[in-house]
Amino acid sequence: MTQLLLFNVFNGLIIGAFYALMALGLSLILNLSGVINFAHGGFLAIGGYLAYTLVPYLGFWGALVVAPVLTAFIGILVERVLIRRLYGRDPLYGLLLTFGLAFMIEDGTRLIWGAQSLPFSIPDWLSSPLSNEYFFLTGYRVFMVLLVTLAVAALFVILNYTRLGIRIRAGTLDLETVSVLGVNVRVLRNLNFGLGIYLAGLAGVLAAGMLGLQPTVGDNLIMPSFIAIIVGGLGSLPGTLVGGLLIGVASGVTSVFFPSASEAVIYVMMAAVLIVRPRGLFGEEGRF
Amino acid sequence: MPKLDKRTADALVWALLLTAPFWLTHVGGYVELGSRVLIYALAAMALNFLLGFTGVLSFGHAAYFGLGAYGTALTIKYLCPSTPVGMLVGILTGTFAAALIGPMIVRLRGVYFAMCTIAFGQVFYFIAFRWSSVTGGDDGVSAWHRMPLDLGFTSIDLLGNNKAFYYFALAVFAVCAAAMAFLLGSPFGRTLLAIRENERRARFLGIPVDRHIWASWVISCLFVSVAGALYALLNDFVDPRAMRWDQSGNFVIMAVLGGMRSFWGPLIGAAIFIVLQDYVSSETQNWMSFIGLFFVLVVLFFPRGVLGIIQRKAKP
Repeated sequence: MTQLLLFNVFNGLIIGAFYALMALGLSLILNLSGVINFAHGGFLAIGGYLAYTLVPYLGFWGALVVAPVLTAFIGILVERVLIRRLYGRDPLYGLLLTFGLAFMIEDGTRLIWGAQSLPFSIPDWLSSPLSNEYFFLTGYRVFMVLLVTLAVAALFVILNYTRLGIRIRAGTLDLETVSVLGVNVRVLRNLNFGLGIYLAGLAGVLAAGMLGLQPTVGDNLIMPSFIAIIVGGLGSLPGTLVGGLLIGVASGVTSVFFPSASEAVIYVMMAAVLIVRPRGLFGEEGRF
Repeated sequence: MPKLDKRTADALVWALLLTAPFWLTHVGGYVELGSRVLIYALAAMALNFLLGFTGVLSFGHAAYFGLGAYGTALTIKYLCPSTPVGMLVGILTGTFAAALIGPMIVRLRGVYFAMCTIAFGQVFYFIAFRWSSVTGGDDGVSAWHRMPLDLGFTSIDLLGNNKAFYYFALAVFAVCAAAMAFLLGSPFGRTLLAIRENERRARFLGIPVDRHIWASWVISCLFVSVAGALYALLNDFVDPRAMRWDQSGNFVIMAVLGGMRSFWGPLIGAAIFIVLQDYVSSETQNWMSFIGLFFVLVVLFFPRGVLGIIQRKAKP
């Protein structure tokens, strides 16, 4: 029993880490640009598929480094051509445009890589269990948790100690003032979008190693990421991180006792948060 | 462009709708397509009650559309083989669910409201998907069909006669459209417009804004579940895809495409969208790309919608 519980808590933590990576990217974009990126799941799929294509040339590690960067470049390009036109308009248009974009990306990946599920191989030494007793502790899962931790730490450092990050945070609070102070806001939003998409691409490569690849891989992750943001509180990145881990673990634990409710529980959590504290756990009052 | 009188426009719309089964086949359509346009138009108009006339963006209306459809289908299949009873149960299910969800979201605004409606919408999708002993899961509810409409003195065969079903749907549509027009013209509807234009000012005037938004939300979901009930009857089938989030997106794009600020806008949007979807999905496998591209193009080039453009041009 303890082992089963531990297994599911750990599993939940991994799934939660995915949610958190996705949700952090979404949150970054939403906070600075006011656009909910429905196509985030699509960018996740692009990251995974690019890695799949790159593995034969660069190996797993090379793909892990290069694929998210390429995804981020695609993101930057998309921002320049499409997303940029949405700034300052009713959020309705952002939702609709990225919604259409999500359709196009899903269909595009299907066209390029096929509709069937593709296997994504990870190095052998990563896929074997670390101990016999705790069979679920494969190297890959531990590695994933480590990598996500590293990515979150890096994001924290970027946002707090680099010029770009400080400007992003300042822009989140008051974009007009930042602009008046001589920062090129267009470039800032562009890079910020790329940063958010980078996180989606990274999550895509990791998800490919665990879940395999199909064009709809991002679909199952995007809704929980929304909920992670709502639970954690709009406008708060630490909140988003906590929200993601929390709903991941909660659905993991629920799947021990009541498997069919493992998806429902995250919605129950969202409802509870909205009733007790509508701005979310870490959200600032009156921001939205 | 000569300015179209409001009454002439209304008369034109009704004349076109009433005669549709007779001219549709001559322009390459079919009667069922007309019924589908009506049903989606009702859903989009219901959404627009909230979006265009209250100024609140819901991206989760498919859930209540689906609840209306499932309520109707399950009632006719298991409980009572009667079309009106099935519809009634479906409509009540959808409306009741919306009334319950309402208080949790009416305090939120803008993007936050949209996100929460999407997320809550998915709850019902998952229930329909997972609770397979009742809902049939991914396979949906099949092996039932709409029943003849028994009026006491005569019985109308809705199943075998396409035109009869079209006129049945049109009658329901007319009742709903009239009800919405009446509500929008009433002091309540005017208050909703005031909230849309300036929420803070409305609040200062002593209007209980949250309660009005809740009422508008429930009314909007009521009419969308009517559309859902008709949708189940049209197809004699429901599956979870009827209530997935992409369905909500379809309703929103129809309202935007036709013109959010006008009463008949969503009808025009629905007609364009459904005809286009019907054509594209019969021509190519990659209809998703086309629909996606269509969304992008509408946002970039037609944000005011067809009627929005016409109205602006009509102004001197």
